[in-house]
Amino acid sequence: MIQVENLTHRYGDRTALADVSFEVRKGEIFGLLGPNGGGKSTLFRILSTMMAPNSGRAAIAGHDVVREAAAVRRQVGVVFQTQSLDKALTVEENLRAQGHLHGLSGALLGERMARAMERLGLADRRKDLVETLSGGLRRRVEIAKALLHHPLVLLMDEASTGLDPAARRDLSRHIESLREQEGVTILLTTHILEEADRCDRLVLLHQGAIVAQGSPRELRSSIGGDVVVLETNEAESLAGRIEQRFGVRPAALEGRVRVEIPNGHRFITEVVEAFPGAIESVGLHKPTLEDVFVRETGANIE
Amino acid sequence: MSNFFLPAATLWQRELVRFWRQKSRVLGVVASPLVFWLLMGYGSNDLGRYYSGALVLTVMFSAIFSTISIIEDRREGFLLSMLVSPAPRGSLVLGKILGSATLAWIQGLIFLAFAPLAGVSIRPLELVPVVAAIFLISFTLTGLGFAIAWRMESTSGFHAIMNLLLVPMWMVSGSLFPMATAHGWVKAIMWINPLTYSIALLNHTLRLPNASPGALTSLVVTAAFGLALLAASGLMAAQKATHSAA
Repeated sequence: MIQVENLTHRYGDRTALADVSFEVRKGEIFGLLGPNGGGKSTLFRILSTMMAPNSGRAAIAGHDVVREAAAVRRQVGVVFQTQSLDKALTVEENLRAQGHLHGLSGALLGERMARAMERLGLADRRKDLVETLSGGLRRRVEIAKALLHHPLVLLMDEASTGLDPAARRDLSRHIESLREQEGVTILLTTHILEEADRCDRLVLLHQGAIVAQGSPRELRSSIGGDVVVLETNEAESLAGRIEQRFGVRPAALEGRVRVEIPNGHRFITEVVEAFPGAIESVGLHKPTLEDVFVRETGANIE
Repeated sequence: MSNFFLPAATLWQRELVRFWRQKSRVLGVVASPLVFWLLMGYGSNDLGRYYSGALVLTVMFSAIFSTISIIEDRREGFLLSMLVSPAPRGSLVLGKILGSATLAWIQGLIFLAFAPLAGVSIRPLELVPVVAAIFLISFTLTGLGFAIAWRMESTSGFHAIMNLLLVPMWMVSGSLFPMATAHGWVKAIMWINPLTYSIALLNHTLRLPNASPGALTSLVVTAAFGLALLAASGLMAAQKATHSAA
């Protein structure tokens, strides 16, 4: 449904995308996970036809996003990170204006609007001015708006940023049901781990390049066993000493030493006894996407 | 056809609805030219002399306020979804410019209500060319605002252009002093300043003095300037971005 081949883009000297390639299958929820400035937004702008890349190509539903932008725009619904609603208009007026931009009108548009509002639980708010709505509701209006023309693909940029946890869960429930019931393919960018975890597949972007890709489970299981995190005042030196003693490859980052190891509980007792006084606190968890990211890049996501 | 005019019409309507819901904007736009006019007019004991200039200033302020919103609107606002919709860019530009021009026109008409104070006395039928002239000037100035705003990355840039270009343009348009008495190089600037023709056009239709250049020339230059700006705006909007803004 979406093909991205060797996309490269620079803003002046800064490389925003470096030879990025991936493919999104029909009906997938596909995530682009990475820190701000990692290249997600640039990729989003290119896929949503707002910007042409320096080189490489991208196609949605078989149409090139640069040469056949108009065809792509008919097949794609876009949900922006920033608000794209007119706050001085009501929910209904925003949707109607959007329908008109897509050449929809009359009874057909009325039906589509009613359905989109119902689908996203907005029917009782349709006469409300957007400026009176909460952040979560506004985001749902954005999605309703993006669905009016029955797109094959929904592109969402940091859709859950700024939402409280309840609104975030609510949003992902809506996204999930869109995929189930309408078969919409969804590509979303995020720097939030729990959101990335709910994707079918994802790519991890760092400094414009893909550092890992796969399903969340595959990515997590690429780290064998457990992750042990030691808080310390001397991360670098402790990491070195652990490496010597245990033959593992710890990563030191911001006052923490992170070790991937099978049977983490046993390692914890050994490491605490081996370096008394050097460790402030100890934590053990099953691998997360953050761990994958840290291992691949040596940097944090957030 | 409907794919061209429907988006344009919906944008035009959106401008009007927004305007109606924020009526206090009218006050902001009409008040300062009005105060300015009354002070200058009573101060020089000649209200008629500055009337057309103040009316054009009202229209210009309105056009600037409407088009300056493009800059923010493109980063965070309704313009974003327009940019990724299949609607032709030309229709979006036309809708935005016509909508903003209509607002500027309405505010110009509000200012027109003060015409009797300026000693203007025209018969009802003679109002038709006045009203048409105000619309044409609104359209032209909105086109100018759009052409400037489209490439701007920040509103402060627009403010700089307003102070360095638009306000001086207005000052040497015949709004403050007639072309006949202007010094040589100022006169030359006035000849090439499109706003000179807008002021003259208004003076012709209102039967105010200082109506020079001639009526037909003023009409043709104002209309040509407006259409050129519309075309330029359309071309700019159709260009593909390779940078981060828009």
